[in-house]
Amino acid sequence: MQIIKATIIKDGKILLRDRVGLFMMFFMPILLVIVITSVQNSTFELVNNNKISLLVFNKDKGPMGAQMVDAIRKIGLFKLQLADSTSSDQNLVATMHNQDALVALVIPRQFTAFIENKAGEIATRALKDPDSSQIKSDAPAILPDSLIMYYHPVMQSSFRQSIEGAFRSSVQVIQGEAIVKKLYEAVNQKEVPADLEKQILFSQVPISKIPVSRSGSRTVPNASQHNVPAWTIFAMFFIVISLGGTMVREKNSGSFIRLKTMPASYLHALFSKQIVYLTVTILQAAVIFAIGNKIFPYLGLPALHLPKDGWALFIVTAVTGYCAVNYAICVGVFANTPEQSNGFGAISILIMAALGGLIVPSFAMPAHLQNILQISPLHWALEAYYGLFLEGGKLKDIWMNILSLLGITVLIQIFTLYGLKKKNLI
Amino acid sequence: MNIPAIKIQNLAFQYPRQEGVCFKNFNLEINAGERFGLFGPNGAGKTTLMNLMTGLLKYSEGSIQLLDHEINDHPKSINTLFGFVPQDFSYYPELSARENLSFYGAWYGIAPGKIKNRTEELLHVLGLESVGDRMLKSFSGGMKRRVNLAIGVMHNPQVLFLDEPTVGVDVQSRHAIINYLKKQNESGTTLIYTSHQLEEAAELCTKIALIDNAKIIAHDSLEVLLETHGQEGMEGLFLELTGKRFRD
Repeated sequence: MQIIKATIIKDGKILLRDRVGLFMMFFMPILLVIVITSVQNSTFELVNNNKISLLVFNKDKGPMGAQMVDAIRKIGLFKLQLADSTSSDQNLVATMHNQDALVALVIPRQFTAFIENKAGEIATRALKDPDSSQIKSDAPAILPDSLIMYYHPVMQSSFRQSIEGAFRSSVQVIQGEAIVKKLYEAVNQKEVPADLEKQILFSQVPISKIPVSRSGSRTVPNASQHNVPAWTIFAMFFIVISLGGTMVREKNSGSFIRLKTMPASYLHALFSKQIVYLTVTILQAAVIFAIGNKIFPYLGLPALHLPKDGWALFIVTAVTGYCAVNYAICVGVFANTPEQSNGFGAISILIMAALGGLIVPSFAMPAHLQNILQISPLHWALEAYYGLFLEGGKLKDIWMNILSLLGITVLIQIFTLYGLKKKNLI
Repeated sequence: MNIPAIKIQNLAFQYPRQEGVCFKNFNLEINAGERFGLFGPNGAGKTTLMNLMTGLLKYSEGSIQLLDHEINDHPKSINTLFGFVPQDFSYYPELSARENLSFYGAWYGIAPGKIKNRTEELLHVLGLESVGDRMLKSFSGGMKRRVNLAIGVMHNPQVLFLDEPTVGVDVQSRHAIINYLKKQNESGTTLIYTSHQLEEAAELCTKIALIDNAKIIAHDSLEVLLETHGQEGMEGLFLELTGKRFRD
């Protein structure tokens, strides 16, 4: 116990006297979290709050073109700009660039004629003989020009499909209205009253949107809830740069040779490093969470809401920190130079972060990576944090993630022991 | 019957996957209480032998006994019997002399109360009392050497291994170190010492061994060796026995 105490004091003093090292250990992760959250927050707002800029070129002179524009406006997804009627398809692309529109829609000339004829044909068929395919109207059943959607190539496929879906929905609304009108007129021999028309068109079943959380909270997760826990894990694992380097330097220095000739085992020194650097990682997380909670609103970022289960948060943080410290020690044991330790340590953390879902959500990864990501401790740490921060879970909801993280830590320790023996360090 | 400080019998050792130093059927005995000097040209095997005697390297065949304990099989507690002063500075430069001595004292298993007394005693004897709270990275070469020595003798070892303990120091520091080592020897500590400082060796050692190509080529008191080989000084003896060829 005396040896452990003396070694902890020694490691603590060395750490505290390295002011630049301490600054890097705390300031850089804070900066990282602020920058990433700011960047992600603007993307988050773009997708969730900002409307998509849409340029509409309505070539149709009839009422349906105007109704289509109106229907699109009512969806609420777009910031609508109408192209000049003198415009052409050719200069529409240039207008898109000039007006920063991500999407442009061309409504063809015969849009009204097509919709009305189509509605008339369906109404006639419905009222006379639904099984007959002989009833044809005089108007063309095929639209000479389709609706054309121009889009910016950076637009993701899923995003593009949702926009396309919105356009289809607008067409259906207009077409539905036209069919109902035709049916009403055929049956009642008069035009549809305005109030009934509104009722038919706008009395859709409402959809209530409720975010799911284990705690029952309906707070919508923001960019801070997503990014602060994720990049805090990354920062904690980046202790490999400092601790791995320290391990290598100590191993290559005379002080290590002296320790090897002493009555106590080098494992005492490793245990002390675990305690000291675990404290550092917990403090890193505490500082980052505190900044997220208290300082972020002053920086124009959404505040980080801390989980209600404080003990669960502490346990996840401690287990993540312990895993990070053991990983750093493992790298330090196997590396022969600080350059090896820093290079391998940094790149391996980036790879594990990518696999762990910190950079791209794990559910979006290809199937073959879905299995590999389970070896990344950062994945389990992230899942545990998300269980607390996003889903409002408690310890009982995330214990499997904690166990997995501990399991990986034990494997790292076994590998470290093998390295220590192989390199004649213990 | 006196137990030898070191008894090496039929030692065999070679670095794995490396050419160079190769001990075969090597024998050496160092009596307790001696001031023993181990000399030889670069690459002769001095540091390897020192590392084998202190347990830093494991030997494949033969036996090395330290005060009757087999080094390869020893439990860690035998390490309290000896101290080691490596050629490299072996301490934490970010800590002060007092903090280093306190840390290593704990690792030697010295009781906390005794650590403090022993620290002050060593700082006083080695002339470091007034700078004991300064970080070692600000120390001069001579001061660093004295701290390096102080750590090795912190626990009053029965056998003290010294690998070039005075390299790169000024006359005053060398004088202080040699005087301290003599006093330590008078109190019963066996000194096992390597150096290229032949004058210093002649002043300090009561017995010497010359080693070359991992073999002992001479082993006796300095007076006897000088007389046997008709030399007047250590340097002449050294060159006669090891030749003038560079060994870099």
